[in-house]
Amino acid sequence: MPLIEVKKICKTYFDEGVETRALCDVSFDINEGEFVAIMGPSGSGKSTLLHILGFLDRHTGGQYSFDGKTMDDFSDEELAHVRNKKMGFIFQNFNLLPRTSVLENIKMPLLYSGLAEKEWEERAKVALEAVDMGHRLEHEPSQLSGGEKQRVAIARALVNKPAVIFADEPTGNLDSKSGKIVMEILQKLNEEQGHTVILITHETYTAEHAQRIIKLKDGEIESDRKVDRRMRASEFLK
Amino acid sequence: MSFKYAFKTAFRGLKTNKSRSLLTVLGIVIGITAIMLVMSLGQGAQDLILGEIQNMGSKTIEIAPGREPKGPSDMFSMFSDSLKQRDFEALENKNNAPHIARVMPLVFGSDSLVAGNETYRATIFGVNDLVVGIYDLEPAVGRFFTDEEARNYADVVVIGQKIKEELFGNEEAFGEKIKIKGRNFKIIGILPKKGQFSFLNFDEAAILPYTTAQRYVFGIKHYNELIAQVDSEENMERTIEDVEATLRANHNIDDPEKDDFYIQTQQEAMDQVSMVTNILTMFLAAVAAISLIVGGVGIMNIMLVSVTERTREIGLRKALGATSREILAQFLMEAIMLTVSGGAIGILLGTAWSFLTSIILSAYLNVNWDFSFPVSAMLLGLGVSALIGLAFGFFPARQAARKSPMEALRYE
Repeated sequence: MPLIEVKKICKTYFDEGVETRALCDVSFDINEGEFVAIMGPSGSGKSTLLHILGFLDRHTGGQYSFDGKTMDDFSDEELAHVRNKKMGFIFQNFNLLPRTSVLENIKMPLLYSGLAEKEWEERAKVALEAVDMGHRLEHEPSQLSGGEKQRVAIARALVNKPAVIFADEPTGNLDSKSGKIVMEILQKLNEEQGHTVILITHETYTAEHAQRIIKLKDGEIESDRKVDRRMRASEFLK
Repeated sequence: MSFKYAFKTAFRGLKTNKSRSLLTVLGIVIGITAIMLVMSLGQGAQDLILGEIQNMGSKTIEIAPGREPKGPSDMFSMFSDSLKQRDFEALENKNNAPHIARVMPLVFGSDSLVAGNETYRATIFGVNDLVVGIYDLEPAVGRFFTDEEARNYADVVVIGQKIKEELFGNEEAFGEKIKIKGRNFKIIGILPKKGQFSFLNFDEAAILPYTTAQRYVFGIKHYNELIAQVDSEENMERTIEDVEATLRANHNIDDPEKDDFYIQTQQEAMDQVSMVTNILTMFLAAVAAISLIVGGVGIMNIMLVSVTERTREIGLRKALGATSREILAQFLMEAIMLTVSGGAIGILLGTAWSFLTSIILSAYLNVNWDFSFPVSAMLLGLGVSALIGLAFGFFPARQAARKSPMEALRYE
């Protein structure tokens, strides 16, 4: 059974009576352990799709199943629990809380997890080690470079050991070297720890780090293909 | 989310905007300070007045002429001349009121005292020797006049310290004569310095036999008051009835509604004073509470700004798994922490302020004004401020909880 099953989902916005279709009849499956890139120019509906896949927004038509359950069966509260336990989010602009230490930032998902508090510190440190940021526990985000901020954000996404990581343009605000490091971490998480990774990007170059690319155009799927010659971020960093 | 962490999170939220948080709670601080001050001073005033009343003793019955004043229109009846010598004699008669130990007539007014070239205007009391026990008036020099002297128009006077100083300075006063209304009185006793006692300042008083005061100083035939001493507290109720019956018989009154006298006991006076001061305190506290509402609106205003400013944070928290309820709890907690800390500051300020006021009042009014820390006001202050946080924080917190995670994340 696939982890993510999308059947003919649509998303229509109503803004002051004007109807806008952001997504239309989009269907695909994603299995556990896959690394998929969703590509498309701005306005193609890729962000809308990510929000629906990440339980941040509800679709208006079709059916979306996550882990065998359709989204319609979840209440808002249950959606929040699934986001907390099974999903990790990485954003283009990092979204770290300012004036709050790296450690406290990473603990944030644990706050809502119901996990005993004495385990938080350990969990947070393990996650930071995974992105090689264990030496920056007490720094505040303003003291970090862009690449470091994004690595902290990845650690935050990892801390609850999610099944799937959603990365929304994770390299969009980074220089190419930092971007490479981020992509390397994502590839490692996918291959070594088995996390499913869903990457949103508008750059072909970045998308080719994935195993599979779903291209969107005007809210519909334009193509869905395997990547023939996959980019290995680690090779560029040597 | 654990309470401890909710607390920490809210604390961090407030700390990032320290000066704004501080200014925001100012309204609450002022409101709680005012309430603390009013309640503490109200309590102090009540204690003071009750203490003075208690000085009269629990076995005395005061009988005043006229109708019991229940409103402004009854004021004139206070100057009634209904209590006369035959009432005094009737009350002293054991057949009428077996449990009355003794009765003291009281007349008072003010007039000039003259000694040599010095003149001083003082309060003049006409009493008998019973006053020594009731008001604790043992002379420091000389003696008090006897019952015998009081009944027989003796021309003697006992004076307070202030009068002695004003009229005689450092000279010997004992045995000297002073003139009141052109008549000479021999000073047979001088009181020690007393200060305020039961609303009376005997330092500035000249005390004469009631007979002399009536005839030669005030020129009246009635008494301003009769004070009866009952033999024991158990007989108070009964004796009040005896007094009423005796006076009604004397005055030919059948209908108690038409009484031309009224009776006051210490207990009654204390109950009345407590009621008045409590009402006043509550009234003032209610006025002060208005500022709390203003403060609460201020809190709501700032919380709404804060919610808008932190839309991204709210979106992020929701994306990371916070439920709407947890967001609501976080912002409510912030509002409550704001108001409760404001309340705590207010309690400290109000306490310090009323403490200072009690010291100043004691020194300035020369009374024994005790500082009282009203625990009830403190608990009320904390409770009210928490309630304000809850009430005025709820609307902004609900705005925060309602934000959709996606919309919130997108907000710039």
